[in-house]
Amino acid sequence: MTTIYIDNRPYEVAEGQNLLRACLSLGFNLPYFCWHPAMHSVGACRQCAVKQFKDENDTKGRIVMACMTPASEGTRISIDDPEAKAFRAGVIELLMVNHPHDCPVCDEGGECHLQDMTLMTGHTYRRYRFAKRTHRNQDLGPFVTHEMNRCIACYRCVRFYRDYAGGRDFDVFQWHNNVYFGRQSDGVLENEFSGNLVEVCPTGVFTDKTLARHYARKWDLQTAPSICVHCSVGCNTIPGERYGKLRRIRNRYNREVNGYFLCDRGRYGYEFVNGPQRIRRAMFCYQPETAAEPFGRLAAIERARVLLEPCQHVLGIGSPRASLEANFALWTLVGPDNFYRGVSAKECRLTDTAIDMMRSSDMPAPSLHDVERSDAVLVLGEDLTNTAPMLALAVRHSTLQREIDLTEKLHIHWWDDAAIRVALQQRRGPLFVATPAETKLDDVATHIYHGVPDDLVRFAQAIAEALTAPIRRPEGMSPDLTALVEKVAETLYLAQRPVIVSGVGCGSEELIRAAANIAKALGSAGRRPGLAFAFPECNSVGLGLLGGGSLEEACRVATTDRAAAVVVLENNLFRRVPEPQLRSLVDRSRHLIAIDHEENETTDFAEIVFPSASFAESDGTLVNYEGRAQRFFRVLVGAEETQESWRWIWELLPKEQQAAHAWESFDGIQADLAQTMPAFAPILQTSPRAVVRIVGQKIARQHARFSGRTAIHTDQDVRETPPPVDRDSPLTFSMEGYQRMVPLSIAPRQWAPGWNSPQALPRFQEELRSLQELDYRGQTLIARLPSEESGYFASLPPAFERRPDEWLLISLYHIFGAEELSVLAPAIAQLTPPPYLALHPDDADELGLDQDDEVEVKIGGQTLRLASRWNLSLARGVAGISVGLPGVPPLELPVWAGLKRVVSA
Amino acid sequence: MANIFTTLWRVFRHAFRPRVTVQYPEQKFYLPPRWRGRIILSRDPDGEERCVACYLCAVACPVDCIALQATEDEHGRRYPEFFRINFSRCIFCGFCEEACPTYAIQLTPDMEMSEYRRQDMVYEKEDLLIEGTGKYRDYNYYRVAGLAIGGKDKGEAEREQAPVDLRSLLP
Ligand code: SF4
Ligand code: SF4
Ligand code: SF4
Ligand code: SF4
Ligand code: FES
Repeated sequence: MTTIYIDNRPYEVAEGQNLLRACLSLGFNLPYFCWHPAMHSVGACRQCAVKQFKDENDTKGRIVMACMTPASEGTRISIDDPEAKAFRAGVIELLMVNHPHDCPVCDEGGECHLQDMTLMTGHTYRRYRFAKRTHRNQDLGPFVTHEMNRCIACYRCVRFYRDYAGGRDFDVFQWHNNVYFGRQSDGVLENEFSGNLVEVCPTGVFTDKTLARHYARKWDLQTAPSICVHCSVGCNTIPGERYGKLRRIRNRYNREVNGYFLCDRGRYGYEFVNGPQRIRRAMFCYQPETAAEPFGRLAAIERARVLLEPCQHVLGIGSPRASLEANFALWTLVGPDNFYRGVSAKECRLTDTAIDMMRSSDMPAPSLHDVERSDAVLVLGEDLTNTAPMLALAVRHSTLQREIDLTEKLHIHWWDDAAIRVALQQRRGPLFVATPAETKLDDVATHIYHGVPDDLVRFAQAIAEALTAPIRRPEGMSPDLTALVEKVAETLYLAQRPVIVSGVGCGSEELIRAAANIAKALGSAGRRPGLAFAFPECNSVGLGLLGGGSLEEACRVATTDRAAAVVVLENNLFRRVPEPQLRSLVDRSRHLIAIDHEENETTDFAEIVFPSASFAESDGTLVNYEGRAQRFFRVLVGAEETQESWRWIWELLPKEQQAAHAWESFDGIQADLAQTMPAFAPILQTSPRAVVRIVGQKIARQHARFSGRTAIHTDQDVRETPPPVDRDSPLTFSMEGYQRMVPLSIAPRQWAPGWNSPQALPRFQEELRSLQELDYRGQTLIARLPSEESGYFASLPPAFERRPDEWLLISLYHIFGAEELSVLAPAIAQLTPPPYLALHPDDADELGLDQDDEVEVKIGGQTLRLASRWNLSLARGVAGISVGLPGVPPLELPVWAGLKRVVSA
Repeated sequence: MANIFTTLWRVFRHAFRPRVTVQYPEQKFYLPPRWRGRIILSRDPDGEERCVACYLCAVACPVDCIALQATEDEHGRRYPEFFRINFSRCIFCGFCEEACPTYAIQLTPDMEMSEYRRQDMVYEKEDLLIEGTGKYRDYNYYRVAGLAIGGKDKGEAEREQAPVDLRSLLP
């Protein structure tokens, strides 16, 4: 800590930061534009001017930019100095000269940093009377609206898009007064993090295009802290609701997880919540061949109970996209022996292996923050940009870390972004990417290796061996590859904080074990490596920890023993295993009860369907890739008969069991879970109990300025009904309640007085020290075992060899389209590619295939027809299939299969 | 005694004074244009809806009796999809009119709003929208704003230069 003097008062601030950050965290209102807490200072906008004095006798002082000046011991500055104030007001006036008269029709309005700063500096009247400069806009695709007139040229957008997220198709053009931020020509923004421009841009140049279709101002949104459900990273979000519809997703800062950003799948996948495919009423299917019809909630429950009562045992199929509590409820209903995980045997094995490896690792799995700060990363087999996007962003950022460490010698402050980039030139720290095909991280990788999963295992084993793991060295590796192995091993060994990232995406258990080998070898060499795995879905780890058999096992049990009823929880089984296998389970003669929020093939088959709540309409816990359990809160009350899955299941429990399981509220089921399975006890520390009050109040989900309270429902009935009661959390569906700042884990919004935009965050964070005991950042559920207990994994698969008439099919992933829920959102669906099979062009030539020709694949009794595509990064003899996209059935890859060109008639 | 007669005389004299009370409702009294009565939504001089659905009136309303939803036509012009005022809650404070950046929402000198059913006090856009400009005749927000809409491209608003040619090298 050092002492600085602001307007002659001493303050203690953390050492080594810049004055702007110090002032903001002390609660001063110092305007700024170009500084960003994740992208740091460049001193471009000149808005954060303060006056600095040499010592207490200096009365003249000089104007400096707070964001470019270090807060060192004894620094004396004045924020209120009249000259500094006039300077800041002048800067704003100049920035506003060409600003359009747009606020009423600007989607940024109400959460606009420019509005806030203009007000803060007191510039309330335009003196400029001449013609304003104007710009044409570009169509940037389905995510981001472009309105260039509003730009103040702070350069944040290019700094984020190019420098931070690694995009290439966006830049600054023209010069002086005319600078233009956009693409070379109209077109979809290619970067997977483009949605962050909406929050990064301090003005309304970039706004959320999906929000514009059902626009509501920030103050009108009912919000609650939530967790993204579209991959295993578990980013923290703030969804907003108005008139019963989910309107948008915003980032919620969590230092350990997503920090300041989200990926586009997470930001724009939300619209499935409003989709026409939502199930809102309990349905019953009178005849097997007809569609289910609304049946009335009580009648449906009664019917289901009558169905379940006489059954000796009921099969329960859980889901990796349902919360822990929902899965536990089903587990309770059917009993531990009849609970199945609802994913393929292969996925069960992969998940279990990865969890085991995390358990036996010396270090807890690295959070995104740890990955970002790592100085050497090895990616093994996972196309992170498409399977765990924010993890990819963290890995990309990590490539700067070692070099930034080195700049300390040059006496450059870590926050002096421009200087650091000049010092680094194009140098990037070590990142090794070993994957089956090219990935978006290849451009920052120091070394790339493309190989089929088995070759990746050999590669990883060779690295482990080079790190003196007692295993066999793979033979027959090329000299180049051997040199690369040595290089990787040496770099990882010399790094301070090495991280190995792998995942289940390759479908190879051996790869997961080999990745763990490397970590283990580093561990025994006295290093502290991080080991992270990307998992398929948002609660894959939670479900893995809960245990239970695979879907295939459930099918087997169903064939041998005529279990009369099956309860499927938030799961479309037809996405999990090939249809023929499911026949015994999803059989018309069997009673199938489905609890889900989306209509799909499984609910079509069900006799009774209960409308469950999506993430936005329920409370729950999800476990992310690190094993971090995080709580999400209900944002809105589900329409019609919608309610949480565990509430439906409780209603299906026999009367005597209902008495034993006090699940009246979320706390009840959580406590029951923690008690039944002590391994889950930490989830009780992921959120406050529902009885918690702050100065006697619940926390308001609605902003103090929430409008229309007495008019929203009056088209139906002029009498106003009281707001719904929330028994599950310390939040309330009302504007009456605690409105001031609370820790972000329970904060419905990021807001500080005078700071309405996302830039409120630096102010926000520091105000919270007094409520620290309410700060929940998630709890890890992975209890680590001592490392001695597990030895090295020694097996070595044979090296890949081409087969004459067969191709090795591997999985290729897509951020847009490969996830079940987000693909239901129109914006995401628009960017979903049609399903395809990728081949090396030479292989394609051999088969006589042109781009987009139809090709036939026979895998395990299924015949697929896909469009062919060329992919130069694939080895010859290997073909990639776009798994998970609509139209691609579940496949177990890698597998060998024949390919045939389809000759169109 | 004299006092009593003086008082009577005064009362008697009042019988011949001009009447202050009027025979409402047969007879109407004058209300100035600035009277804060029934709220209307006006149109701009071109006859288009003035309201741009900015939500400012709704947020300014102290009793929260205005609810609306913004939408856009195919050329990007914002307007309210629905606009509802619950007059059974409205206190006619005029804050909405003050907040409105487009002069769309205006209070009028009409206070005859009694209904037998409270439900009839809920006015939708169809009930609120009038044909004319109301009190403010000339203002047309979209002619001042930088946003391009149908019939007004970039650079065609008041005091605007033509859009920058990004490919030009001239200073
Ligand atoms: S960017 Fe901000 S100041 Fe500019 S028009 Fe939009 S809301 Fe108004
Ligand atoms: S577009 Fe936004 S972020 Fe980019 S320079 Fe302009 S104001 Fe700054
Ligand atoms: S990285 Fe995953 S969890 Fe994070 S926003 Fe994207 S999809 Fe959601
Ligand atoms: S303030 Fe005016 S323009 Fe804005 S929503 Fe209300 S009536 Fe419409
Ligand atoms: S924030 Fe300091 S110069 Fe821009």
